[in-house]
Amino acid sequence: MKKSVILGMATVAGLAAGAAAAGTVDDIKARGKLNCGVTTGLVGFAAPDANGEWKGFDVSLCRAVAAAVLGDASAVEFVPTTGKTRFTALASGEIDMLARNTTWTFSRDVDLKFEFTGVNYYDGQGFMVPKALGVTSAKELDGATVCIQTGTTTELNLADFFRSNNISYEPVPIETNAEAQQQYLAGACDVYTTDASGLAATRATFEDPSAHVLLPEIISKEPLGPLVRHGDHEWGDVVRWTLNALVSAEELGVTSANIDEMSAGTDNPEVNRLLGTEGTLGEMLGLDANWAANAIKAGGNYGEIFATNIGEETPIGLARGLNAQWTDGGLLYSPPFR
Amino acid sequence: MTTLTDPPKEHFRLSMLLYDTRYRSATIQVIALIGFMLLAAWIISNTIQNLEALGKPVEFGFFGEPASYDINQRLLEYTSRDSHLRAAFIGLLNTLVVAVLGCITATIVGVLVGVLRLSNNWLVARIMTVYVEMFRNVPVLLWIVLAMAILIEGLPAPNAFRGDNPTATMDLFNSVAVTNRGVYIPEFLFSRGLGDIHLFGASSIRFNVSLDLVAFLVVLGGSIFAMRKISGWAAAKQEATGDRPTIWHIQLGVLFVPMIILLTVLGFHLGYPELKGFNFKGGTHMRNSLIALWLALSLYTAAFIAEIVRAGILAISKGQTEAASALGLRPGRTMRLVILPQALRVIIPPMISNYLNLTKNSSLAIAVGYMDITGTLGGITMNQTGRELECVLLLMLVYLCISLSISAVMNWYNNRVKLVER
Repeated sequence: MKKSVILGMATVAGLAAGAAAAGTVDDIKARGKLNCGVTTGLVGFAAPDANGEWKGFDVSLCRAVAAAVLGDASAVEFVPTTGKTRFTALASGEIDMLARNTTWTFSRDVDLKFEFTGVNYYDGQGFMVPKALGVTSAKELDGATVCIQTGTTTELNLADFFRSNNISYEPVPIETNAEAQQQYLAGACDVYTTDASGLAATRATFEDPSAHVLLPEIISKEPLGPLVRHGDHEWGDVVRWTLNALVSAEELGVTSANIDEMSAGTDNPEVNRLLGTEGTLGEMLGLDANWAANAIKAGGNYGEIFATNIGEETPIGLARGLNAQWTDGGLLYSPPFR
Repeated sequence: MTTLTDPPKEHFRLSMLLYDTRYRSATIQVIALIGFMLLAAWIISNTIQNLEALGKPVEFGFFGEPASYDINQRLLEYTSRDSHLRAAFIGLLNTLVVAVLGCITATIVGVLVGVLRLSNNWLVARIMTVYVEMFRNVPVLLWIVLAMAILIEGLPAPNAFRGDNPTATMDLFNSVAVTNRGVYIPEFLFSRGLGDIHLFGASSIRFNVSLDLVAFLVVLGGSIFAMRKISGWAAAKQEATGDRPTIWHIQLGVLFVPMIILLTVLGFHLGYPELKGFNFKGGTHMRNSLIALWLALSLYTAAFIAEIVRAGILAISKGQTEAASALGLRPGRTMRLVILPQALRVIIPPMISNYLNLTKNSSLAIAVGYMDITGTLGGITMNQTGRELECVLLLMLVYLCISLSISAVMNWYNNRVKLVER
């Protein structure tokens, strides 16, 4: 008798938990914190600084979303995930969104039941080798030992690349970027391969970055973007349009410097709609009218985030390249705020 | 004269299930069992329901898909186009390799250390105590990581072997290369080999059996059989005449002559590793992930085995040793012939659990990038297909099977060595 009561209670609790999982935005508001999955440490993208505060390109996106939903860019709980643990963490609800230079692929989107809410960095897989090896092309890597982060798309691209070029290699699977760096620097592998942006970020932390070269071959398309679970479209919309707001802000010339001035109202109706002085876009998302303004204030528009974290002025020194606005010949193209 | 009357036959009533002490315990147990099964059923159905709600019903069809990733250490041929099941099988073999190597090394080191810890030599005994306490009191993961770090940072890269004035050279007459990518040792080659037999066609457990190896094993088996016959003959002669004929030279001849003939016929030679391109080519490559894992696991487990062996030896009463010395046996023989055989019955049962621990601890392999079954099935396959539940369940089943096999073998051995009491 007692047992069935306990069972019944457990069932009810289980159902209640299932029902509560639907409204992620409400959950975040109730919790007062956004749980955001990031890497275990990749300087420029997501890594704690000297004060233990998370900084980086992906981190800025988390902060922008937190600012849009909660109005507070610091209300983020950063959850470090490895290539292996990230999807389980997201699927199980441990994190609300994943911003961990994750490649948008068909099977992750469709089979793993995730929703990619856009692309925040267009990347491709590259190779880094010590300059002393004298290698100038990835096709000369026959027989090389290659360090690779396990559980990533790079692992699969690598197998395909070497197979289709009919050359052999020796993979050394590694869990985290830090371990890969250690093995690469000790000479336990000749080559380190991951996304070209990650390679640049890793090289920037070396004692002598000039002793290492990135090979010209980019062997894959790696559109990196934030993702959420299937099933909660309202939440997916919030993340998608926060990213779009950052991109649009750059296109429309809204920066963290002039945003207060612009929030007072401008002649450009799209800026007004974006910043909430006109229309009800925020309400439609279930957020405050100034959600996008908060998101932009958190770290600036897309261009500012790029420049402060990974741009040419930083040690990582990535050019905008594909990640320039469409008006500048890049791929960044936000749908209109209308 | 007494008459016995049957007690009045009691009819079973339902209330007796609760009030009759004969039935009460059974009733409670049945209820508890039903409750437990209900709980288990609820957990299972809940899991299945939730997975369906997530759109991820439990199914194993993904095993047939191409794995698309490469595995560095493969005992059987494998390419990235093979299926996930094949990848899991390759991983399983890697687990077994490190488990078997680890168990053997741990036993040898453990027995030595256990015996030496009881040594009368103060220094030797203390050193062994330090070894045991150091290894068993630090988590094995740290030992694995430390071993790997030492191998990577402490040994020269293949680059150092290059050039006219290399900073590192090969050992043992240019036959062994110790690098921070692993150790390259000479491999056995046959210039007139017999070829391979292909088993299991194109299935995921297909493998090749080298006929050279089979021929070698057959000849070795034959020689050992002949040697036993010869020593049987010698023993019979000794019993009959009291005179044991010298047979050791015949034994050696029987053991080595056929083998040498066979190896010559097959054109046996050693393939030496050579620096070509980025890496050493030729020879057998023992990756440092294997070496680190193997060393750390065996040294760690050996510390426990040493304590078990010490306990086993101390469990044999001192009278046995004294009796043996009264018979004139030297200390070494006392240990080998009197103490250890008796100690084995105390040693074997806890030894089983240490072998099981070692095998299960080998799942820490991913820390050093060793592609065991946890790395392939429970790592890359799980991550690339997103089938967490299926992969983990299968992984548990695999470890369960390995562990049960080890325990079955060890229990059989235990039954053989345990004291037969009359």
